[in-house]
Amino acid sequence: MEVTGGWYMALGAVLFCIGAAGMLLRRNALVMFMSIELMLNAVNLSFVAAGNELGVLDGQLAALFVMVVAAAEVTVGLAIIVMVFRKRATASVDELSGMGG
Amino acid sequence: MVDFIWLVIALPLLGAVGLLFFGRPLARRFGEPGAGWVASATVIASFVIALVAAIDFFRGGGGAEPHRILLFEWIPGLGIDFELLWDPLSALMTLVVTGVGALIHVYSIGYMRGDPGYLRFFSYLNFFVVSMLTLVLGDNFAVLFLGWELVGLSSYLLISFWFEKPPAAAAGKKAFVVNRIGDFGFLVALMMIFVTFGSLNFSEVFEQAPALLSDGGITVTVITLLLLAGAAGKSAQLPLYVWLPDAMEGPTPVSALIHAATMVTAGVYMVARTGVLFELAPVSAAVVATVGAVTALFAATVAVGQRDIKRILAYSTISQLGYMFLGVGVAAYAAGMFHLMTHAFFKSLLFLGAGSVIHAVAGEQSVWKMGGLRRLLPVTYGTMLVGWLAISGIPPLSGFWSKDEILAATYTKGGWYVALWGIGVVTAGLTAFYMSRLIFLTFWGESRWDEGIEPHEAPAVMTRPLIGLAALAAVGGLLNTPWKPVVEHFLEPAFEGMQQASLPEGATPWLLALISIGAALVGILYAYHRYVEATLPDESTAVWSLLEEGYHVDDLYGAALVLPGKRLAEVAAFQADVKVVDGTVNGVGAMVKEAAARLKPLQSGWVRSYGAAILFGAVGVLLILLVRGGGL
Repeated sequence: MEVTGGWYMALGAVLFCIGAAGMLLRRNALVMFMSIELMLNAVNLSFVAAGNELGVLDGQLAALFVMVVAAAEVTVGLAIIVMVFRKRATASVDELSGMGG
Repeated sequence: MVDFIWLVIALPLLGAVGLLFFGRPLARRFGEPGAGWVASATVIASFVIALVAAIDFFRGGGGAEPHRILLFEWIPGLGIDFELLWDPLSALMTLVVTGVGALIHVYSIGYMRGDPGYLRFFSYLNFFVVSMLTLVLGDNFAVLFLGWELVGLSSYLLISFWFEKPPAAAAGKKAFVVNRIGDFGFLVALMMIFVTFGSLNFSEVFEQAPALLSDGGITVTVITLLLLAGAAGKSAQLPLYVWLPDAMEGPTPVSALIHAATMVTAGVYMVARTGVLFELAPVSAAVVATVGAVTALFAATVAVGQRDIKRILAYSTISQLGYMFLGVGVAAYAAGMFHLMTHAFFKSLLFLGAGSVIHAVAGEQSVWKMGGLRRLLPVTYGTMLVGWLAISGIPPLSGFWSKDEILAATYTKGGWYVALWGIGVVTAGLTAFYMSRLIFLTFWGESRWDEGIEPHEAPAVMTRPLIGLAALAAVGGLLNTPWKPVVEHFLEPAFEGMQQASLPEGATPWLLALISIGAALVGILYAYHRYVEATLPDESTAVWSLLEEGYHVDDLYGAALVLPGKRLAEVAAFQADVKVVDGTVNGVGAMVKEAAARLKPLQSGWVRSYGAAILFGAVGVLLILLVRGGGL
C-alpha cells in the first residue's frame, strides 16, 4: 500500500479534529493550549502535503510562517497562564469567566 | 492724498483696537483723558485727511472725477472687491461723520469722566466711526452692507453701554432686532440686484440700470421698496422707528453722534446713492417721500408730548429724518444731503447741550424738573438757543435753508406732493413749538429741580465742542443759499445725469419761505404764551398722555408682534425642542441601550463557548463554499 498525498491530508484532518475536540472539551487551560498547538500542526501538515502534491513551495512557506507565529503565541499564552495560575491557583477556564457580559 | 483715503478708516480702527488692548497701560501713564484724547486724535486726523482729499471737489472741474481705491479682493468668486469710492457724496458724508464725530469724541472726554467703562466707550466710539466710514466709502453694495451691519453692531454696543441697567440692555436688543427687520429687506434687495445685474458694483449697476430695467417696472419697484425697508429701519422711519426713542438709554454723546448726526442718516445716504434706481421707479420714490412726510408729522406730534429731554430730541430726530426722506424722495438729493448736514450740526449740538443740562442737574432728564437754568449754564444756554432757532427754521440759521429747500422742491413737484408740502409746513410749526417748549421749560421760568442739586456749567472740554457746533449750526446754512449753492455744486458730479428736482421760480420761493417762517413763528409764540406768560399748564390729560406714550405704538407692536413671537419661541423651546428634538436623540440612545442589553448574554466569558462559535462558524463557511463551489 502506497502512502499518497491523500493520506497526509486525512491524517491532518484527524489531528485537527482531535485538537478541536480537546479544546472544546477540556477545562485545563494548559491542555487546551496543547490542543490548539495540535490543530496548528495539523494544518501545517496539510499545507506541506498540499504543497508537495502541487509541486509548489507555498505550502512549506505557509507552514514556516505558522510555526513562527505559533512560537510567539506560545510565549505570550504560557506567560498568561502561569500568571493566572499564580494568582488564582487554578487553570480551569470555566472558573475564569469574569469577562462575561 | 486720495490714494491714502483708506487711512480715514484705518486710523480710527487702530484707535479702537489699540484702546481695547493697550488702553489700560495708556490710561495709567497719561491718565484717563489721555486715552480719550488718543481716540479723538484718530478721528481728527481722519477729518483732516478727508478735508485735504476733498479739496479737488471744492475746486470743481476736471479734478472732481470720482476715485476708486481697490484695497483687496474680497469675494473673488462673485467679483466683489473691497473697494472704496471717493466721490463728492461719500466725501460729504465722510466730512460730516469725522467732523461731528471728532467734536463729540472731545466732548465725551469730559462727559464720560470717571465712568468705569471709559476705555471701552472710546474703543466703541472709534469702532463706530470705522463702521460708518466703511458704509459711506464702499464702492459696492457688499461693502455698503458690511458697513451697514457694523454700524448696527456698534449702535447696539453703545446703546447698551451701561448693560448692567436692564432698560439699556433691552433698548440695545430692541434696536438690533428692529434693524434686523429692515436689513432683511435690504439683503433681499441686494440679492435681486445681483441676480439682475450680475454685479454689486455701484458703477456697473447704475450704468446698466436704464438698459436692463424697464421704467417703472416691477423689478425695479420691488428692489427700491426693499431698499426703502432697509433705509426705514436704519433711519427710524415709520413703521420701524420704535427703536430710536429707546436708544436714548445710551450715553448722551452716543445719542448725539449715532442716533442723531450720523448713523441714522445712513438710510438717506443709501437712497441718495441709489437715486438712479429710484428714478426708474416713480412709485417707490413717491412712497419714500410719503413715508418721510408722514413720519415727520407723526414724530413731531409725539415729540410735543414727551417729558424726557432726550426723548423730545429723539422724536425730533425721527421727524427731521422724515424731512430728509421727503427730500430724497422728490429727487432733491442735494437738498436732502444738505439737510442731513445741517441736522448733524444742530441736532448733535442740541443733544450735547441736553447732556450738559442732565449733567448739571445730577442725571434728571424730565424737563418738568428743570427750569431757570439759563443763568447757571450760560454757555449751554447760549449754544442751545442757536440750536433751537436753527431747528425751528428761523433765518439765517442753518435749519431754515435746508428745510426750506426740501419744502420748496416738494411744492414744485405739484399734484400729490403739494399735500406733502402742507404736511411739511405743519410739521415745521410743530417743530418750533416742541423745541420752544423744551427751551422754555428747561432754561426759563422758575427752577423746579429737586432740592440738594446745585447746577453747574460743564467743563471746557465739554463746552468748547458745543461752541464749535453752535457756530456750524449758525452759519452752516450759508453753505447752500439759493444765491450761492456751494453744497449743490459740490455734489453735482455725484448725481450727474440724474434728473434732480427743480426749485420754483419768481416770487414763489419767497412766498414758500414766508409761509414756513410764519409756521415756525406761530409755534414759538404759542409756546411762549403757553409756557412763559401763563402759569405752567397741566399736561397730564388723556390727550397729552396719549402723545407721551407715542400713540401706544409700542404696546400695539408688543401685542401684535412681540407676544406671538414669544409664544412661538415658547412652543419651539418647550414643545418642539423638548419633545421632538430631544425625543429623537434620547429615543436613539434608548434603542441602542436596549439592543445592547439583549446582546450582552452572548458574551458569556466562557472561553470554550467562544472557541465552539469560531469552530462552527469556520465549518459553516467551509460548508457554504463546498455547496456553492468555487472561490470566495
